[in-house]
Amino acid sequence: MNLVSIVDYGSGNLRSVYNAVKQILNKHTFCSNVKVTNDIKELNKSSHFILPGVGSFKGCLKGFYSNPGLFECLEDNVINKKKAFLGICVGMQMLAQRGFEGGKSKGFGWIDGDVQLFSLKDKSLKIPHIGWNSLSFNNQHPFIGFWKKNSRMNLNKEINAYFVHSYIFKEKLKKNQLLLSNYGHDFTAMVGKENILGTQFHPEKSQKLGLDFLRAFLNWDSRV
Amino acid sequence: MLKKRIIPCLDVNKGRTVKGINFKNLVDAGDPAEQAKIYSEEGADEITFLDITATSDGREAMVNVIKKTSNDCFVPLTVGGGVRSVEDIKKFLLAGADKVSINSAAITNPDLIAQGANIFGNQCIVVAIDAKKNGDKWEVYSHGGRTNSLINAVEWSGFVESKGAGEILLTSMDRDGTKSGFDIELLKQITEKVKIPVVASGGVGKLEHLSEGIILGGASAVLAASVFHFKTFSITEAKNHLQSRKIPVRMDY
Repeated sequence: MNLVSIVDYGSGNLRSVYNAVKQILNKHTFCSNVKVTNDIKELNKSSHFILPGVGSFKGCLKGFYSNPGLFECLEDNVINKKKAFLGICVGMQMLAQRGFEGGKSKGFGWIDGDVQLFSLKDKSLKIPHIGWNSLSFNNQHPFIGFWKKNSRMNLNKEINAYFVHSYIFKEKLKKNQLLLSNYGHDFTAMVGKENILGTQFHPEKSQKLGLDFLRAFLNWDSRV
Repeated sequence: MLKKRIIPCLDVNKGRTVKGINFKNLVDAGDPAEQAKIYSEEGADEITFLDITATSDGREAMVNVIKKTSNDCFVPLTVGGGVRSVEDIKKFLLAGADKVSINSAAITNPDLIAQGANIFGNQCIVVAIDAKKNGDKWEVYSHGGRTNSLINAVEWSGFVESKGAGEILLTSMDRDGTKSGFDIELLKQITEKVKIPVVASGGVGKLEHLSEGIILGGASAVLAASVFHFKTFSITEAKNHLQSRKIPVRMDY
């Protein structure tokens, strides 16, 4: 029985992520159970991890590190054991080396890059970037191939996901940029490096498209 | 490209939708959670819940409405009405709301905006502004439109932005319920004043009003209650209309 853990480190809205996962899981999905937890033993039993995050980069990391042993546990499962990992919104930004929201601070450093404020030349564009924006496929990655193959939607047509953020992930390596969106300029909608994935958008709030994406993640065996 | 949003609003009284609506095939016609689900299936880009009682009892009932809705409705949810403290904001967010809208409390205690934004992120703090034109300027009203704060609405919008609001929900009290369209002049002044998105509300009677709010008023989203409740037109029709006016909308729902 494979378990997906939604990592509970005190960051706001875990219920929506839990509800969306719950909606998808059944006896046919690769993951068949979900827990919202910060318990190291539970986390070690998990095959999949979801790290949500709302608020500021600095605030989320501070909250995260206030849980003793949590980083080491995730590092062991994700970096050493190569288990499937998905960061959402600030949970994705936390993968970067550095962030500048709420003052400069260090992230996990799992994916090379920084998190910076949108710099928009067009002053009529509003910040935060709130709402539904289209996604375009960028670089190939085993997960993207898996999603396309197993999707119940037509991913060749325009697809939209829900965003709400002011900061963006700027990767050092373009190959880690899996999905793009555009607001004044192209920006990263999804990062991916081996078993580590992250979305700037909120799949749990992106209706059919979001559930389709999460279904693919929960069925994805990153070690194959 | 970022899409313009259509947001149906549900007015809730003690956990029940207030405007008696005749949706077909509904087990419980007055259940906001079921109505929200229908709206999301019709393509609503977000759903707003407004507790019209704005009391502590109403708040408890609303927490349950949000919990029930977020079980199987996967679009962003905003909740407002009677939000007075950081604790209130937290309750709604933990129940599954994505954004919390503050109105009267923002006027009596503007620091609540900053506190909420610092703790939960400014993306989830919406300041609702109820504005009414007196002479040549608009003034901000609180307590369901009963109290004139005498604050200039345009200046207030800039102030709440500086305090950390992530979005403004702007309602014209002069137009609310009249079905004569948004107050475009008010909308324009505020969307030009602030960098944060503005949701236009109050006065929608026909499809054309929605596109006017976006094209002429500069709104990032349009909100309406009764036209959707009473099926003057559906959300799908509203989207088709915006699309016919070359406004980008989400059609993959």
